[in-house]
Amino acid sequence: MIHAAPKNPVFGLVAEFSHPDDLLHAAEQATKAGYKKVEAYSPFPVHGLTEALDWHESTVPWMIFLAGIAGGLGGFALETWVAVQAYPHNIGGRPLFSWPSFIPVIFECTVLLAGVTAVIGTLAINGLPRPHHPIFGAKNFDRASQDKFFLCIESSDEKFDVSETTKFLEGLDADSVSSVRNDEDDL
Amino acid sequence: MPSHTGYQDNLIDGQHNYETITDRIGTVVLDQSKFNPNSEVGKKWINAFLFGFLGVNVLMLVIGWLVYQGIGIWGNNQPSAWGFDIINFVWWIGIGHAGTLISAILLLMRQKWRMSINRFAEAMTIFAVMCAGLFPLLHTGRPWAAYWLFPYPNWLAMWPNFRSPLVWDVFAVSTYFTISLLFWALGLIPDLATLRDRAKSKIAKILYGFAAMGWNGSAKHWHRYEQAYLILGGLSTPLVLSVHSIVSFDFAVSLLPGWHTTVFPPYFVAGAVFAGFAMVLTFAIPVRKWYKLEDFITMRHIDWMCKIMLATGLIVCYGYGCELFYAYYSGSPDEKFMIMNRMAGPYGWSYVLLIVCNLAIPQILWSPKMRQNLAVVWMVSQAVSIGMWLERFVIIPVSLHRDFLPSSWGMYVPTWADFSMFFGTIGLFFFLMFLFLRFLPMISIFEMRELYHRDKEAPSKNSHKHAHHHEPAAVTAGGDDQ
Repeated sequence: MIHAAPKNPVFGLVAEFSHPDDLLHAAEQATKAGYKKVEAYSPFPVHGLTEALDWHESTVPWMIFLAGIAGGLGGFALETWVAVQAYPHNIGGRPLFSWPSFIPVIFECTVLLAGVTAVIGTLAINGLPRPHHPIFGAKNFDRASQDKFFLCIESSDEKFDVSETTKFLEGLDADSVSSVRNDEDDL
Repeated sequence: MPSHTGYQDNLIDGQHNYETITDRIGTVVLDQSKFNPNSEVGKKWINAFLFGFLGVNVLMLVIGWLVYQGIGIWGNNQPSAWGFDIINFVWWIGIGHAGTLISAILLLMRQKWRMSINRFAEAMTIFAVMCAGLFPLLHTGRPWAAYWLFPYPNWLAMWPNFRSPLVWDVFAVSTYFTISLLFWALGLIPDLATLRDRAKSKIAKILYGFAAMGWNGSAKHWHRYEQAYLILGGLSTPLVLSVHSIVSFDFAVSLLPGWHTTVFPPYFVAGAVFAGFAMVLTFAIPVRKWYKLEDFITMRHIDWMCKIMLATGLIVCYGYGCELFYAYYSGSPDEKFMIMNRMAGPYGWSYVLLIVCNLAIPQILWSPKMRQNLAVVWMVSQAVSIGMWLERFVIIPVSLHRDFLPSSWGMYVPTWADFSMFFGTIGLFFFLMFLFLRFLPMISIFEMRELYHRDKEAPSKNSHKHAHHHEPAAVTAGGDDQ
């Protein structure tokens, strides 16, 4: 799968904007024009951008939820097993299965597993850490973490055509449009 | 909205745009010439850092002697088996709570003003929990065997007693530390990418690049990032309430007069936030001036932090009132004696000072004018920090030293080791805080950009084409740049 098709030497075409609303507008237009492999880059989360790209995902919340449940059940199982089975002791005359006093640890285990999953899971789904990405080769892209907004239509898109797509992006009122090469090693 | 207190009703003062915001905050760490000891601000940094370094050295010496000699070098005795170690543990943990309140609870309440103080306060949380953790760790007497506190399969076939609040504490504090650290690290990633892209020196580029993990700000990444961040906020909110509640269970679940009350969990949590905001103000007031960040940590922020401090302080004082009422209404002679002993016994001075520091002095903050006087606010914060330390002193050794049986009464006298270890943790806190100020952005840059976008650009959405062509060299209200 990974090396199935020879890759296009062009990674994509990138349009640069100075304002988040321009990027939002451009993203909407690209989706409307039928482009599917579009990615937007911004120095802060721009609300409505993923909707404009027609992209929806709720993996992260589900993952965190399931991890939390697993943490809670795991904590409860451990406590019950320890208190009833592995190390039964009479503590102040309480029953061995004294579940109310297990609640704090159940809660902490829930939060711990959910929180660790939230951070590590988000990074993993985002494919981070990743030493390099072709987009970093885009002109002026160091400003993407500062004050500029970028829209990239990738060459893997079915509708991608260098001259057509360039013309399309130039029609979006971008500050500049440039092409980004794929990394040599990836070709 | 014009304001009667005389400050601009802005969350970002001065003329700014994305570039100037990034520059103003990023420069503090990227332009290390600001830390040159020959410059005025560099001198301040080095002095604060050296103070911290001295404290760390004292701490290491005391810990070395403590591990060699045993905890007999502390003033703990029978009946006061808990002394400075637990006072300091609770005090430090409480200080950390303001950071989580700012980063998590205010996030859920969509309080935009949190954005310029959350990074800084979260760092404080982490360092405060580190200082706190040292005390119970060393109080075990054999810190090298501290892992016995965790449930793990062992050849003795022994397991922790999950019915004990002390075991809950282990889980609560270690979870709190882990989640706070992760929350903070997640928030830092986009800013580290900014620093990576702005760094001029090769070493800085490589190090920040490593830490940024290849963050490129794509819409999908931001989407998942925001989902995770918000849920972490939702998880941290009950977590922070649980941590100090569980810390208070260490006392409340026992039978000792002065400890055995149901008011403890809410009263401890409020006290934690009270002390935490005092510490945030203690650092924020000088640091915003040194690094010319008055445009981002504005007088409005100071004002609101003072109000939170005032409100939580009143809750704490309500707790003091409850304790008096319980003693009277319980009809129990031991409870009554405990309160009388607390107010008029050999440690009565500590209760009087506590009331002065936590009840009387913070009332100054009712005055809007006083909330705008940085010197006054800073002094009140010191009073609160001292007051909250005294509160734990009053609760712990003063309740312990005279309990049910007069034959087992005693006095608690802290030793040089207690004082130097407390000083040492203050040093450690300074040491870590000032290293943080030097190498990481103390204000969340991307959140400030977002705040700028929402606050300043959104109302003039139609005219943004003109609005965003401001020159970067805008005049700022905070004064000149150099």
